[in-house]
Amino acid sequence: MNSGQEDFIVQFVGVQKSYDGETLVVKDLNLNVQRGEFLTMLGPSGSGKTTVLMMLAGFEVPTHGEILLNGQPINNVPPHKRGIGMVFQNYALFPHMTIAENLAFPLQVRRMGKAEAEEKVNRALSMVRLDGFGNRRPAQLSGGQQQRVAVARALVFEPELVLMDEPLGALDKNLREEMQFEIKHIHDSLGVSVVYVTHDQSEALTMSNRIAVFDDGVIQQLATPPTLYEEPENAFVAAFIGENNRLTGRITGTNGNSCTVELDSGGTVEALAVNIAGQGEKTTLSLRPERVLINPPQDKYPNTFEAKVEELIYLGDHIRTRINFAGNDQFVVKVPNAQGHAIIDEGGSVRVGWAMEDCRALDAS
Amino acid sequence: MAEATLDQGDLMRTADGTPLKISIARAMRRNKLKALALIAPLFVFILFSFLIPIIDMSLRSVDNSVIPDVLPNTVAALADWDGEGLPPEEAFAALAADMKAGRESRDIGKVATRLNYELSGMRGTVMGTARRIASVDEGPYQEALIKANKDWSDPATWKLLKRLSSPYTMGYYLNAVDMRFDVDGNIEAQPDFRQIYVDLFLRTFWMSILITGLTILLGYPIAHLMATLPLRYSNLLMILVLLPFWTSLLVRTTAWIVMLQSEGVLNDLLVWVGVFSDDARPQLVYNKIGTIVAMTHILLPFMVLPLYSVMKTIPPSYMRAARSLGANQFTAFVRIYMPQTLSGIGAGSILVFILAIGYYITPALVGGTSGTLISNQIAYHMQQSLNWGLAAALGVILLATVIALYFLYNRIVGVDKMKLG
Repeated sequence: MNSGQEDFIVQFVGVQKSYDGETLVVKDLNLNVQRGEFLTMLGPSGSGKTTVLMMLAGFEVPTHGEILLNGQPINNVPPHKRGIGMVFQNYALFPHMTIAENLAFPLQVRRMGKAEAEEKVNRALSMVRLDGFGNRRPAQLSGGQQQRVAVARALVFEPELVLMDEPLGALDKNLREEMQFEIKHIHDSLGVSVVYVTHDQSEALTMSNRIAVFDDGVIQQLATPPTLYEEPENAFVAAFIGENNRLTGRITGTNGNSCTVELDSGGTVEALAVNIAGQGEKTTLSLRPERVLINPPQDKYPNTFEAKVEELIYLGDHIRTRINFAGNDQFVVKVPNAQGHAIIDEGGSVRVGWAMEDCRALDAS
Repeated sequence: MAEATLDQGDLMRTADGTPLKISIARAMRRNKLKALALIAPLFVFILFSFLIPIIDMSLRSVDNSVIPDVLPNTVAALADWDGEGLPPEEAFAALAADMKAGRESRDIGKVATRLNYELSGMRGTVMGTARRIASVDEGPYQEALIKANKDWSDPATWKLLKRLSSPYTMGYYLNAVDMRFDVDGNIEAQPDFRQIYVDLFLRTFWMSILITGLTILLGYPIAHLMATLPLRYSNLLMILVLLPFWTSLLVRTTAWIVMLQSEGVLNDLLVWVGVFSDDARPQLVYNKIGTIVAMTHILLPFMVLPLYSVMKTIPPSYMRAARSLGANQFTAFVRIYMPQTLSGIGAGSILVFILAIGYYITPALVGGTSGTLISNQIAYHMQQSLNWGLAAALGVILLATVIALYFLYNRIVGVDKMKLG
């Protein structure tokens, strides 16, 4: 076997998908999922991420290209022969069966012996901390419990790969965070590969080994969570992941890895050249609010400006400060509520500054 | 201050000291009265157009008041008779007196009809005797009556009268299940040539079950299609399913006659294709086949609609989940989808079955003699033979069956799970 492919459980090779023959929902997808990895497909609705998941599960057929599972093409393999576990958004627990029957279903269709199946069901139930719930019906369980049953059912037949389609979307915030850790721990302890779909970026950042950011049927960036947040490669990823100050301008000069940008609204900024077309071309600058300093030491940063404070919102751990910077009044600065933090007055004037590396010059859109 | 717990002596009270329960009742009374006033017209309508007629008709199935009412003296005179031999002279005298009175009030005809239900030929006996006895003014009446009609010398005739002395009778019900009282008042089976109702009940049941089964078979796929197609197409299908509702029942039934008769569309087609030769056209109408085909068609929407409304609520992710768990299409359908549609099948089945066992117009038109159902016999006794007591007894048996089935359904499936639309 080719040793280069051995690490990948799933490979998408030039996969395209169109429903109506006019527009492509997925455009030329090339993606390798490593064995044992927790890979999240993150994107706004309509970005094609769920379609990719459905093609992998076998419920949709690629219009073009090939999907490989363990190096074998599976385009013509029906869903029930793929051996992929799946957790659905609404859990899809069979309402006419008890929890134990739900969990036993995948084992029964595999013609497993009764005793062995029962043992596996019990083990799966204790894995999700629901011992003794076997005789209840799904409707008698809370949302979080149903969710855990759905995860257990997708894992009980010991698939190598589990797909999850926004499984936590219906839960409230606290429960969702709890379940994020629970799913993460199950993944870590079983070593199963997970492909997870969500539109919730914090969910993606919390759980994933790698995140593929989807937009418009294309993977915009595939990277680990810290890389994705700190080093977005294009304007879409920068805007989609985390909060972001967006400034537009024109490149007037480059110097090694830095460039000089003249803002549309006036003023000149030194930025890190990441994804720029060249001198004279338009660019989008991305700057995280927490990387902007209030009253920075004199001459420490190349970018230091005077700005008017428009609004202060007290959020406990930090103060969200909206300032008017170079004609852009949506510019946000997060001031940490640390000891001796700067005292700012609404309507007053303030000096802000940031390092060249924190201001990333990206593509124009 | 008021305690949260309610003791015997310490009731919860409102601010002005009225017990809380009383003031709640007062506050709710107005709303209750309003709600009652809104449903009152419907309740009165149902009461007079449905409940009272049904109760009245049901009572006719045991009603025997005509004999005690028209022949009061005879009934009294026969009360002490031991049933051995002929009754004493007083009974003959009483009967003669009752007949004269009955002839004058023109009620004697009812007695004649009633007695004729129990024993054929009694109509002539009673009417003839009444006519001849009118001119006899003095006894002995035994001789006079026997002279008027020799049936009065037969103890069986008198036993019949004595048996029918009570204002209530089980006779109609026995009749309805092909039984009768023999001369001594014991229950026995009707002679073979008069046994029709049990067979007819059984035929009504198995044909209704068959029709219900056929509607499930034909309705399930179309309901499934309607539930899974995009809204645009499913709406069109829904219109097609409902289209028969906009056409008169009579028109639809006669259309089937046109389709199925010997020189009809279907037969012509079968002959043209060569399935049958021209002189061996199959009989498709005026028999069981006609009734089954036409009723299946007419009752189909009553199966499709409940099925559709249940299937609509089953998200496609269940099937997907089953398939991702390793079940093939067939297993997923049988083990996951079908069980969830059971409440729809149950609702549709009970609806179609109850409608079918009481169906009248269609079997009357296309049923001929072998394809008619019990309801046609009830109609016959209501309109032709005017034996309302028997019609009522047949109707009550049918109603009791429906109610029993309903409770059975409630036990097994649960009426609260029934979805009709």
